[in-house]
Amino acid sequence: MAKKFLLKLLVVIATLTLVAVGCGNDDDDAGPVSPSDEGFAAAFVFVGPVGDAGWTWAHNEGRRYAEAQTGATTLFVESVPEVAEDFRAVVVDFIENEGADVIFATSFGYMDPMEELAGEYPDVVFEHASGYKKNETNFGNYFGRMYQPRYLSGMAAGAITEANQIGYVAAFPIPEVLRGINAFTLGAQRVNPDVEVHVTWTFTWFDPAVEGDSAAALLEAGADVIAMHQDSTAPGLAAQEAGARWVSYNSDMSAFAPDAFITAPVWNWGPYYERIIEAVAAGTYTPGSYWGGMDDEIVALAPLAADVPADVAAEIDAVAASIVDGSWDVFTGEIRDQDGNVVVAAGETLDDLAMLEMSYFVEGVVGNASP
Amino acid sequence: MSEAALVGLFVATVQFATLVFLAALGELIAERAGVLNLGVEGMMAMGAVSGFMVGLETGSPWAAFFAAAAVGALVGGLHALVSVLLGADQVVSGLALTIGGLGLAAYVGRNVVGERPETLFTDLGIAGLADIRWFGDIFFNQPPVVYLAVLLGLAVWFVLTRTRLGLALRAVGESAPTTDAVGHSVMALRAGAVMVGGAFAGAAGSFLSLYMAPGWTEGMVAGRGWIAVALVIFGAWRPGRLALGALLFGFTLALQPRLQSFDIELLGVQVNRISPALLGILPFVLTVVVLVIISWRYRHRPSPAPAALGLPYRREER
Repeated sequence: MAKKFLLKLLVVIATLTLVAVGCGNDDDDAGPVSPSDEGFAAAFVFVGPVGDAGWTWAHNEGRRYAEAQTGATTLFVESVPEVAEDFRAVVVDFIENEGADVIFATSFGYMDPMEELAGEYPDVVFEHASGYKKNETNFGNYFGRMYQPRYLSGMAAGAITEANQIGYVAAFPIPEVLRGINAFTLGAQRVNPDVEVHVTWTFTWFDPAVEGDSAAALLEAGADVIAMHQDSTAPGLAAQEAGARWVSYNSDMSAFAPDAFITAPVWNWGPYYERIIEAVAAGTYTPGSYWGGMDDEIVALAPLAADVPADVAAEIDAVAASIVDGSWDVFTGEIRDQDGNVVVAAGETLDDLAMLEMSYFVEGVVGNASP
Repeated sequence: MSEAALVGLFVATVQFATLVFLAALGELIAERAGVLNLGVEGMMAMGAVSGFMVGLETGSPWAAFFAAAAVGALVGGLHALVSVLLGADQVVSGLALTIGGLGLAAYVGRNVVGERPETLFTDLGIAGLADIRWFGDIFFNQPPVVYLAVLLGLAVWFVLTRTRLGLALRAVGESAPTTDAVGHSVMALRAGAVMVGGAFAGAAGSFLSLYMAPGWTEGMVAGRGWIAVALVIFGAWRPGRLALGALLFGFTLALQPRLQSFDIELLGVQVNRISPALLGILPFVLTVVVLVIISWRYRHRPSPAPAALGLPYRREER
């Protein structure tokens, strides 16, 4: 009985929305619209729960910001697995039933199904975070230069550590993570040449028990500061319990471990979402491979703990300024790898491709870059 | 390798072992009564979130622990209702419990993500013993749930092997019609076993959210429920072997981060060069190896699995 009723309801809804989508298409033909117009919608596909305090939380904050700025209707679905069928179902529902005009997908694993969908729905704009594929008309990708604020957070951590041993709980040995560890280490060495960064791989993005225990292991081994490339807060709780310090990631997680928190490299997706939504509504959108830095404010450094020395805080501000004005970037030579080989010659700066393919650890990192 | 690191290795081993042992012990009770419950992951998630929320509300980790056990029993009761009383397929019902339990836990806990309770479980620090070098921290300075798990393991062993109730439970796991004929209630025994099993899983979940990874976030159980199901097979349905399996599993989990920082050579291999990814699959390789050994050892005898495991009982079909 209930099943039949649900089926009928589904048919009714589907019919109604088909009509609605039909109208939506008419709107599109009429030329530029305002994002706040009825019928315009931006939809977000999230890989985790918006309450994860990390990656997905940051994207959702961006969505809320863009909604407030543009007045656009925004939709989202949480915890969508990186499985082609699941992702498809969510996106097709957004387009067919909710009339979405632009889809933001926020995990790497969505890339291939998104490419297909972009071909099937040429009137909808597809934007993919952290991927590298795009097309000429309606499919682009975007990411941020997280290594920039990571370098700054390394400076703060390098000033705080007394043991000169920093533990780094890291998810997977991929270029994005290696780049972050290297940037962090270079920053720490800038203020403290004796510092060593010990890396532990967890092989998970989100498993609080394992991440917390990995931090505990690093603390037992002698580290007194924990940094991380993970999505949970567990490493910070472990640091707080051990009386050690913590550099979080994704968002300002100071509330979770207030005594341990030093600072954090954080995401700030809102302004980018606002720009794309405005462009899609105005009909001026062109796809690209966006890799924005601190100059675009898509990545930033969270406020520093009070005990970061004033001279270091001032130096962090100065370095941040030189990154923002483009006069300097993190991977500027001379930089040596773990084995002492020069990977960036003095005075040179790595280009984007070299950074995107980074596969080594710099000098000062203790650990295995290709475990 | 420092002393602190080595002690830490075994402290973490015991804690990871406790987490999966509690859940697996519950599953063992249900399976010995003939009911396969693949919903452990979901029951643990429900236990983790409800325990965490009660902890927030009351500030008492014990209130949280028992509330989580009660919720686990209730969720397990759903499985009992569907698969024992109504005779539905146990695999399907159990899987539904995992998927539904994870979803419900995410919904129930959506507003407490990121909060912290006033008090968590704290290490016991047994006077005089906790200060013993090496062994103090490992054996006498663990959270109370660790000791409770040991007691529960002994209790389950005792009840299963030394009491009439245990005999009836094992009998219903071997042959429901025979047990029915003797005059025991098949439904009551099985439903009871599933609910007690659920209570254990729920309690294990609260150990996760109130000690091991304090807090609640969706997905934090991270597959430990499935490990528990595998451990029951690994332990050949016996509490003692289950404990051994749990310790072995806990050891491989605790080894994974620590091996990476140990600068030692073993048999000519630099241990911190062993891939942690490889280490991560060790428990599962072990499970397969043990399965092979079990089936080899039991090739001329009946398998150690309860004979009626997974078979629903309907009196009228006897």
